[in-house]
Amino acid sequence: MNTRKPGNKSNSPARKPGNSGPGNMDVHIRVHDLNAFYGKVQALKNINIEIPKRQVTVIMGPSGCGKSTLLKSLNRFLELTDDTRISGQVLVDEQDIYERDVDVTEVRKRVGLLAQRPSPLPMSIYENVAYGMHIHQMRKDRADYKKAVRHYLEIAGLWDEVGDRLHDPATSLSIGQQQRLCLARGLAVEPEIILGDEPTSALDPISALNVEKRLLDLKQQYTIVIVTHTLRQAKRLADYVIYMYLGEVVEAGPAHEVFTNPQHQRTRAYLEGQF
Amino acid sequence: MNRQVQFEINKTNLETEGRQSRPSVVARNKQNLLARRTFFGVTLLPMILIGVVMIILIVRSWPILIAYSPRDLFLGSTWRPDSGLFGFWPYIMGTFWVTLVGVLLAVPPCLLTALYLSEYSHAFTRSIAKPILDLLAAIPPVVYGVWGLLAVVPFVEGVLAPASKRWLNSIPIFAVNQPTGFSILAGGIVLAVMIAPLIISVVYEILRTVPEDLRHASLAVGATQWQTIRQVVIPRVIPGMVAAIVLAASRALGETMAVLMVVGNVAQVPKSIFDAGYPLPALIANNYGDMMSIPLYDAALLCAALILLIVILVFNILSTLVLQRVLGKNWA
Amino acid sequence: MKKRWQRRHILEAFVKGLMVISFLVVAGGLGAILWTILANGFPALTWEMVSQVPQGGFYLGKGGGVLNAILGSLYLAGGGTLLALIFSLPIALYLETYLGDSDWGQYVRLSLDVLWGIPTIVYGVFGFTLMLAIGMRASLLAGIIVLSLVELPIMVRAMDEVIRRMPGDLEQAAFALGSTKLEVAIRVVVRQMLPGIITAILLAFGRGIGDAASVLFTAGYTDRLPTSLMQPTASLPLAVFFQLGTPYPVVQQRGYASALILTIIVLIISIGSRLISARLNKYTVK
Repeated sequence: MNTRKPGNKSNSPARKPGNSGPGNMDVHIRVHDLNAFYGKVQALKNINIEIPKRQVTVIMGPSGCGKSTLLKSLNRFLELTDDTRISGQVLVDEQDIYERDVDVTEVRKRVGLLAQRPSPLPMSIYENVAYGMHIHQMRKDRADYKKAVRHYLEIAGLWDEVGDRLHDPATSLSIGQQQRLCLARGLAVEPEIILGDEPTSALDPISALNVEKRLLDLKQQYTIVIVTHTLRQAKRLADYVIYMYLGEVVEAGPAHEVFTNPQHQRTRAYLEGQF
Repeated sequence: MNRQVQFEINKTNLETEGRQSRPSVVARNKQNLLARRTFFGVTLLPMILIGVVMIILIVRSWPILIAYSPRDLFLGSTWRPDSGLFGFWPYIMGTFWVTLVGVLLAVPPCLLTALYLSEYSHAFTRSIAKPILDLLAAIPPVVYGVWGLLAVVPFVEGVLAPASKRWLNSIPIFAVNQPTGFSILAGGIVLAVMIAPLIISVVYEILRTVPEDLRHASLAVGATQWQTIRQVVIPRVIPGMVAAIVLAASRALGETMAVLMVVGNVAQVPKSIFDAGYPLPALIANNYGDMMSIPLYDAALLCAALILLIVILVFNILSTLVLQRVLGKNWA
Repeated sequence: MKKRWQRRHILEAFVKGLMVISFLVVAGGLGAILWTILANGFPALTWEMVSQVPQGGFYLGKGGGVLNAILGSLYLAGGGTLLALIFSLPIALYLETYLGDSDWGQYVRLSLDVLWGIPTIVYGVFGFTLMLAIGMRASLLAGIIVLSLVELPIMVRAMDEVIRRMPGDLEQAAFALGSTKLEVAIRVVVRQMLPGIITAILLAFGRGIGDAASVLFTAGYTDRLPTSLMQPTASLPLAVFFQLGTPYPVVQQRGYASALILTIIVLIISIGSRLISARLNKYTVK
């Protein structure tokens, strides 16, 4: 499906063009010389970034700049598309997820993904949340599963709304509820990292804010990486910002620094243009 | 009242005369209407055809249907037209057995192949699979029959039957009771290959109706592809798959030529897949020539055709309805 | 994060292996069939076979060929396809342009699918019964008519499939320019659909030429070349069948060769239609 070339195993710290050093940032994901191709088109060019632990990192940039591609390279979802080629390394806690005998299903367990359009599995609400746990056989018995399902629904802020109808089909929920269900489902496999590919763009404003609130609560325990095309959302959520343009990372750094004092011309242009 | 009528007359005038300054529009609209009526008539043709075929078969087989009780006809085991005995049972059983074997042989590999093409393969594999399937579907039945004669019958005779004799002889269905390979099994194998392209392409289309998002949702929590297929994809497509199998069975039921050449044409109720059989289509094809000489023979053969047609129609309509619903615009 | 030897991974590898094997069996099946026909038919495929009609004693092993059957099949299928086309094109066009996804359209489509599912032997029997009723003898014409019935559903469905895939904007654009529905049907739809229509025609032709059960009683058989519509005519499938039915190996060999001829014709049509549609698709809107 796709070919991999051995990455450049340099030990130099990730470059963050035009920004202050990592300082006391705890790095969860480190991307080294990542290049990605859809057929002949190069979608990602020499990406070198670091993603801090237990913060909300926002990847932003104009349409088509490669944000989603970068995001999907973090949980090895890129290779689901035909004819993709990836080279470079993506190190989660210093382990390259693209190494040869890595179990990709383990990667995806550790790095969860919340998609743009909520996609509830064709099962009941309960079964949706329990799905991942069953796949990995994470719990001992039914009672354990039931407790866990409740726990994750509570975290996702859904329990109050669906606690009494767990066995209704998941499709009977509103779209905002479905997205929160997907969140609960993703959390149930105990990831360390949560990726969000424009997770609120398909939702109405109230549901969107609800989901945002959940994510902000979650950052105490999880590392969160979100792609968004709305600058406002980026400003609401971000602790750390990565700005991309045409497949390259232009600038990356703590949010307050990048938003108030962007080092790059392009970044400045983007920030200003959004107003 | 008067004024209303006036108004309507005026309106009509406007429609037909108001545009006389551009006569082409009127002419074109008339042309359109005429064409529309003709075309509409033509689309009635398919339905009329089905009705006519059914009616003619019923009418022509009527004599035998009233001459004997259904029990004698359908459950009777003796077929001796010159003595007036018309028992369809061996032929019905022959049809049933050979179709069953064909479907059972075809379904597992075809489902697996369709799954492979839909869920795992590269675009490249799919691009060579399509021509292969198209070619398999285009091969004429008589050529399948020749292949059956040359390859399948000897294989059954020389490889499968001895093996079955050795290992499976105690099971009646696999008992080897005759020396030749002309058997239900040979017919079933040939049928299986003939219906394979249909099963594969329909099941493939059905699998493609499952949105990618759903697969992604399962993969995102770390499920393997097979887990995803088994727990998310397949449950959704079961009705369609069943319909595809039923449709393929309806095709197998009616296949005449290829089966005729390898199935042995012995009018007996098969007790083993290695026995010869005599399906209904073969009965009709083999005897149609000399049916005019014996009374009721023609009605009997047409009755055989009628039985075949009714069963096939039922299978066909049910499965097509389901598939039309499942595949929607993609019903190919 | 390493190591993939959990039970579910092993299971997946196993299932995937089964799938690949199944696929190879199916793909290999085609090869096996073609090879068998080729290997057995080629030795007896002489110029004589394709250029002569059966001479006296042909079925006992003496000289001659199957030109009667080759031409017969071509005429039968050609005529049948033409006749089917006359009705198929309007039906398909009407389905798309006027009926679209309406209920009535669904009924028509269902009827067509049902017709497609009717075994050819039933069409043959039906045709024969009609022939008896109106006093027609087994002839080329009768065979053509029955074949057109067999081919009609195939052709319409294939065309319908192609026409339905047509980009709706094309029709909209034509309507916007003030065409009536008929004009849209003829000028825009047909041109866009030309490769698909041709493919449908060739597909139906290929099925028609290979079918034995429908022409068995309706076209009869003869050793002469087809010269008249009202005379019986030979056909390749039946030629194969009859030759294989004799006890003489020489004749049986020729039967295999006849099967090979038929296969070659069908392959040419199948591959040809692919090429034609690829070439013509240059001009169509995707």
